[in-house]
Amino acid sequence: MSPRKLVPIGVFAAFMAAFPWIVAPFESVSHYTDVMVFAGIFCLVTIGLSLLMGFAGQISLAQAAFFGIGAYVSAILTGRFGWNPWAAMPAGAVVCAAVAWIVGVPALRLKGHYLAMATLGFGVIVHIILNEEVEWTGGPSGMVDIPGLSIAGTPLLSETAWYYLVWTFVAAALLFSYHVLHSRVGRALRAIHEEEKAAEAMGVPVASYKVQVFVYSAVLASLAGSLYTHYVTFLTPSSFDLMWSIRFVLMVVVGGMQSLWGALLGTVFLTFVGNEWLQVFADFEVLVYGAILLLVVLWVPQGLVVWMQERLRLRRAADLSRSE
Amino acid sequence: MVSFDARSKDPILTLQDVHMRFGGVTALKGIHYQVPRGIVQSIIGPNGAGKTTLLNCISGVLHPSEGVISFLGRSVESEPPHRIAALGMSRTFQHVALFPRMSVLENVMVGRHVRTRSGFWAVGLRTPTMRREEAAIGREAKAWLDFVGLADAAHLEAGALPLGKQKILEIARALATDPALLLLDEPAGGLNARETEELGELIQRIQARGITVILVEHDMNLVMSVSERILVLYYGQPLASGAPDEIKEDPQVIQAYLGDEWAPEEGKPIMNGRF
Repeated sequence: MSPRKLVPIGVFAAFMAAFPWIVAPFESVSHYTDVMVFAGIFCLVTIGLSLLMGFAGQISLAQAAFFGIGAYVSAILTGRFGWNPWAAMPAGAVVCAAVAWIVGVPALRLKGHYLAMATLGFGVIVHIILNEEVEWTGGPSGMVDIPGLSIAGTPLLSETAWYYLVWTFVAAALLFSYHVLHSRVGRALRAIHEEEKAAEAMGVPVASYKVQVFVYSAVLASLAGSLYTHYVTFLTPSSFDLMWSIRFVLMVVVGGMQSLWGALLGTVFLTFVGNEWLQVFADFEVLVYGAILLLVVLWVPQGLVVWMQERLRLRRAADLSRSE
Repeated sequence: MVSFDARSKDPILTLQDVHMRFGGVTALKGIHYQVPRGIVQSIIGPNGAGKTTLLNCISGVLHPSEGVISFLGRSVESEPPHRIAALGMSRTFQHVALFPRMSVLENVMVGRHVRTRSGFWAVGLRTPTMRREEAAIGREAKAWLDFVGLADAAHLEAGALPLGKQKILEIARALATDPALLLLDEPAGGLNARETEELGELIQRIQARGITVILVEHDMNLVMSVSERILVLYYGQPLASGAPDEIKEDPQVIQAYLGDEWAPEEGKPIMNGRF
């Protein structure tokens, strides 16, 4: 990475590290640390989804289902079978990877948006199973008695501790994804997005790459679900329905599909909108989501972050030409 | 049915009875042909003769309705394009198909994809093997840009290049896959005279590296100056095949191109310029 990029990243990291201490003294916003824990968990989902949407050019409407599978696998293995949460987490990820592969292989062999349709159906099925398999999932009334997390014998109790844990996961996912994008794999993905037939002619196995990205996005969603389980220690199927899948898509679209920072910003923004600023709208919340989506698609279809980057680049170019 | 069985000891590409039907239209009507290793083979013919369809069948974009295509001794008629690329065949497109928002260098780096290995985990974790491979990809891509004369443009966006340079960049990207056989689909389309001349020199330098070239092209000056052998397609069938001088004189070819009423005048060159 060039120094010019490292400076803003350093500033951002410092701000994120200081965030709980900045909001703590102010009573009206001190619970923002808690909101940011949820935002971080959702970021894990949307980082994977933005790779899938922005670089593999596919939409998944099952991210809430993978999030749910991760959450319930963790909850059942720890709550019923007494597994260590840190062992249950990869187990959930393996289950999600396998399921994503099974759904993805046939859907992604076909050109076009078959994955969106396949995942729409799959998401609905998962939601029904979570509701109906009462013996395992507790059905609509949910699961309780899920243990929390501890690190090296120390239980994570405070929101601040959770904040650091979750955002460490986010930082790792960002770094991993950034490396993927700046490599032969990332170039292949961008090539697929720009000109699929030329990518194929250059030897890029298009379907296989789309499946890999889809599996990666499912694994991240599963990890997010596991963290969510142990943070809230209570699960109901309503957190994993189609509306949530659409919300994840919306977070990516608002921030900007072709940018990891876009996924991050869109997710934090919409998490605050949903959890904090729109509570007054109650049931009309959905309308506001619709309006936000409409405005973004009409005015900044490339997403907020990409839009800002383009403005900055234009201004820099203008400054350069003036100084010459 | 006319068939040409120009047998060579070591053909790089063999077509046997290749048919391609689209619904009721038959674009290729049984093509038998062999391309010897190391030559520049041109394919010409009037519009709609099936030249691009044939290239698409050879490169795996289309699968022929009937017939066998063997490349380096392996049947490839039902293989997908990315496998054929891995076997050592690469191509350019009639209508430029670059990755327009990637840099010129990155476009060529995508060409190295098929000769490199690092997978999703390796690149995400930046393993030492992956870093070495990345460095090699960059070096090799730069070398190919040097070879075609685009080194100065390495960091520009590919979509910002003028058309002539985009066409050359497509060739560099195709060369980066280390092909044994390179298919060029109308590389001179949209180039001016000087650029076309440079393209001719580039094709000769590519051939000098031991790469077999199949050239589909309308610019007859280019075809006649670089080809060892020319295949003339006419309504999905081979009409004639031979060295440039033979093709220029072939009465069937002249008639196919110009029609009956255009009887050639004595001593006047016919196959000159564009058709």
